[in-house]
Amino acid sequence: MNITLNNRPESIDNDQITISELLVLKNFTFKMLVIKVNGKLVKKDAYSGFKINNGDDVTVLHLVSGG
Amino acid sequence: MTFEEIESKLKNYTVGIAGVGGLGSNCAVALARVGIGKLIISDFDVVNESNLNRQYFFRDQLGQKKVKSLKENIKRINAEINIICNDIKLNENNIVEIYKDCDVIVEAFDLAEMKKMLIETCLMELPEKPIVIGIGMAGFGNSNSIKCKQFENLYICGDEKSEVSDDNPPLAPRVGIVANMQANTVLEILLNKK
Repeated sequence: MNITLNNRPESIDNDQITISELLVLKNFTFKMLVIKVNGKLVKKDAYSGFKINNGDDVTVLHLVSGG
Repeated sequence: MTFEEIESKLKNYTVGIAGVGGLGSNCAVALARVGIGKLIISDFDVVNESNLNRQYFFRDQLGQKKVKSLKENIKRINAEINIICNDIKLNENNIVEIYKDCDVIVEAFDLAEMKKMLIETCLMELPEKPIVIGIGMAGFGNSNSIKCKQFENLYICGDEKSEVSDDNPPLAPRVGIVANMQANTVLEILLNKK
């Protein structure tokens, strides 16, 4: 399937993937993340159950301290 | 646009700034200089010696509340601006009430968990609001790694990776670049508004 990940087109071998699986696949190893799918926030406790489908627009923000 | 046209447009807008440390104090000053109409600034902290390496405060303000000090400093630059000060620790229960009428919100916290809290609260409660976030500005050099990226109504300014630590402190130049990039992004959003 094809998705958009952080504004870039991305091809993924599966027809469907959970957010947790996507994070492993794409090496997002940081713990402080904010994730949006099709404009809607998905909270951390839903990552393992939330399915990403063909055409979805996914944003993964990685937060670090400093300001 | 001439500067007069820019000023006359900006005076109709309100910008909320969440945290007035390195990012928030410098971003607020930049917006004040170009004539933003109203700033809503929030922070619970007082000016500390260690803040003076990057934050827009002065030695004679040590120990004084940051929101009060910043208001004084901004008024010396531009007395016309309406500044609302909240001497408060922001949390998921007060952010919406404080910032719901702003045209843009600037995220200017230091801690990653506070950044996360603000972004998540705004995405849930104020989903249409433009939020300008600062991520990754510790250390020195490498200016070209600092960028601005847009994800719908979220704008990320910074290098997205340089985390502050004892060996990689936040310093005036890179913090200032990101703070001014946030202010510049606010202008872009507001001046392109129909």
